[in-house]
Amino acid sequence: MSILVDERTRVVVLGITGSEGTFHAQRMLEYGTKVVAGMTPGKGGTKHLGVPVYNTVSDAVKAEGANAAAIFVPPFAAADAIMESADAGVTLIVCITEGIPTFDMIKAKTFLRDRPVSLIGPNTPGIISPGKCKIGIMPGHIHKPGTIGIISRSGTLTYEAVQQVSKQGYGQSTAIGIGGDPIVGLKYIELLKLFKDDPGTEAVILIGEIGGTAEDEAAAYIKKEFPKPVVGFVAGQTAPPGRRMGHAGAIIAGGKGTAQEKMDALRAGGVHVAVSPADIGATLKAALSRK
Amino acid sequence: MKIHEFQAKSILARYGVRIPRGDVATTPAEARAIAEKIGPRVVVKAQIHAGGRGKGGGVKLAATPAEAERLTKDMIGMTLVTHQTGPEGKVVKRVLIEEALDIARELYIGIVIDRAKEAAVVMASTEGGVEIEKVAAETPDRIFKEYVHPGAGFGAFQARKLAFKLGLAGETFKQAVKFITALYKAFEGTDASMAEINPLLITKQGDVLALDAKMNFDDNALLRHPDIQAMRDLDEESPLEVEAAKYNLNYIKLDGSVGCMVNGAGLAMATMDIVKYAGGMPANFLDVGGGVTEEAVTNAFKILVADKDVKAALINIFGGIVRCDMIAAGVVKAAKELGTKIPVVIRLEGTNVELGKKILAESGLAFQSADGMKDAAEKVVALVSQGRRERR
Repeated sequence: MSILVDERTRVVVLGITGSEGTFHAQRMLEYGTKVVAGMTPGKGGTKHLGVPVYNTVSDAVKAEGANAAAIFVPPFAAADAIMESADAGVTLIVCITEGIPTFDMIKAKTFLRDRPVSLIGPNTPGIISPGKCKIGIMPGHIHKPGTIGIISRSGTLTYEAVQQVSKQGYGQSTAIGIGGDPIVGLKYIELLKLFKDDPGTEAVILIGEIGGTAEDEAAAYIKKEFPKPVVGFVAGQTAPPGRRMGHAGAIIAGGKGTAQEKMDALRAGGVHVAVSPADIGATLKAALSRK
Repeated sequence: MKIHEFQAKSILARYGVRIPRGDVATTPAEARAIAEKIGPRVVVKAQIHAGGRGKGGGVKLAATPAEAERLTKDMIGMTLVTHQTGPEGKVVKRVLIEEALDIARELYIGIVIDRAKEAAVVMASTEGGVEIEKVAAETPDRIFKEYVHPGAGFGAFQARKLAFKLGLAGETFKQAVKFITALYKAFEGTDASMAEINPLLITKQGDVLALDAKMNFDDNALLRHPDIQAMRDLDEESPLEVEAAKYNLNYIKLDGSVGCMVNGAGLAMATMDIVKYAGGMPANFLDVGGGVTEEAVTNAFKILVADKDVKAALINIFGGIVRCDMIAAGVVKAAKELGTKIPVVIRLEGTNVELGKKILAESGLAFQSADGMKDAAEKVVALVSQGRRERR
């Protein structure tokens, strides 16, 4: 089992004719993802990578039954792409684009309110249910089907966790990058709720980083109503305050959002915290053997 | 991106936020001329990208233009140390000369993005002149907040609510409403990430002005604000960070001796953490980007070893789609070009990892390969302490 994406997911790629879009749409197709359409305004009626291209997302939904959108357009056009996808009626939007202005995202998220659609990202590696569907830029081959859910604010650090999980003999039900920006779509709690209801997920790994309070909120939720084992790691234990560590969202501001605070909150919520990033897999194994 | 106080004030004035009369000076003579025009009593304020200037001796009152000239002479070129500059301090290159005003009350207005509420929040407080974090911790009931609706914008009623809560009335109240409204317009209009007026001044005559002003901007939006981008002061940034930015690399100088080069921000932070866990301290944060290229690796390596505090380097690349042989080739190329003596530990993971390790082994350079992050961190920390013993 899995959450959000599976064999029935039909993807329209926004920006499919661009270099990023082309490269990753190709890899998604190779992985077996049902990329059913592309969207580039003005290139409707053509084909790219053997996939029909449409002028609007709405056309792609009508003609190909697309139910998910993958966004690879430049930063200043990305918030508009999110809104167009939501307007066209897809139920899942995965926005890979990095560097979207915060105010654009605030407006896009307001537009999404009260619509039956989930947003993943922006600035995310995407989402993968191994063996079923991959929407994003992560290397497919390091993943394998299994029962561990992964939620992370990071990209390559998620791959690290995936590999450690695999080395311990476990696979993943679904792995999701929620994105490194201050304003993102689905966050820990919404995803934990989905994992809670997924019988195919046995335990969850939650990878956080400095900045904001999302991990603290997740910890409170886990304590109250999440019954499955959770392993946590927080990156940025050595990060100085006031400096943005690569991600727009990763900044300790006004003394708030430190790794120590977040690890303490997660522990208080009953999460098995790996202090060293090399111990994520081992911590998972220990947590599962105690079950 | 951060800017200076005088730059923030010039932006705010454009949006109708009232600021004291004044101008910026880079020489004592300029300071005197400004004071003669707006004085005689003026305030001389050092312009650096850090708070706490008053306590460090960077804000002084001059009774006459001659005194303004003398104070400016002392201030320009001095190294100002505040709680935000770090112990090395910052060299003052220019001062802001402003009219001295009669202070009746000092209040606080600030705007930031609230990530949890996904909206801008305008905050007001009666406790001006102190750090707002301190007020929030000790007397949270003295901070008043109004969240801005993303579609409808900041309502006039919200500005009135805040002004009433600050205890203002009459003409001062009217001025404050106008001030807060204009400040929000400036915040949204410039894609700011923070705007802070601390203190917000109420003069004895009842006028409302921004005595200090601080603005930070959303780096992702700077391309649509070329006028603000032009305000960037490279003197306020570390030279290696400026160099790294040219190659689209994310580099932040830290205090330790282990140079780190990693692809992806989260993994880069985690690598710094594991170095500390192994007993070392990271010399930097350096993210070469998730989809790293050979060119990026070459440039990153040069920046890494240009830091003279670096005693050993750790390269941690989780290639994934990126080929490890390409990464290895880039590092070998850079190391050969530079002829560096710094020992390097490399951890590669992803496509063609064996080929990558082979390139490193056959390079003839002092590279150690590592399996996994833990092994890599332990090896690099051992190299640093070994180097320390040899130097003794």
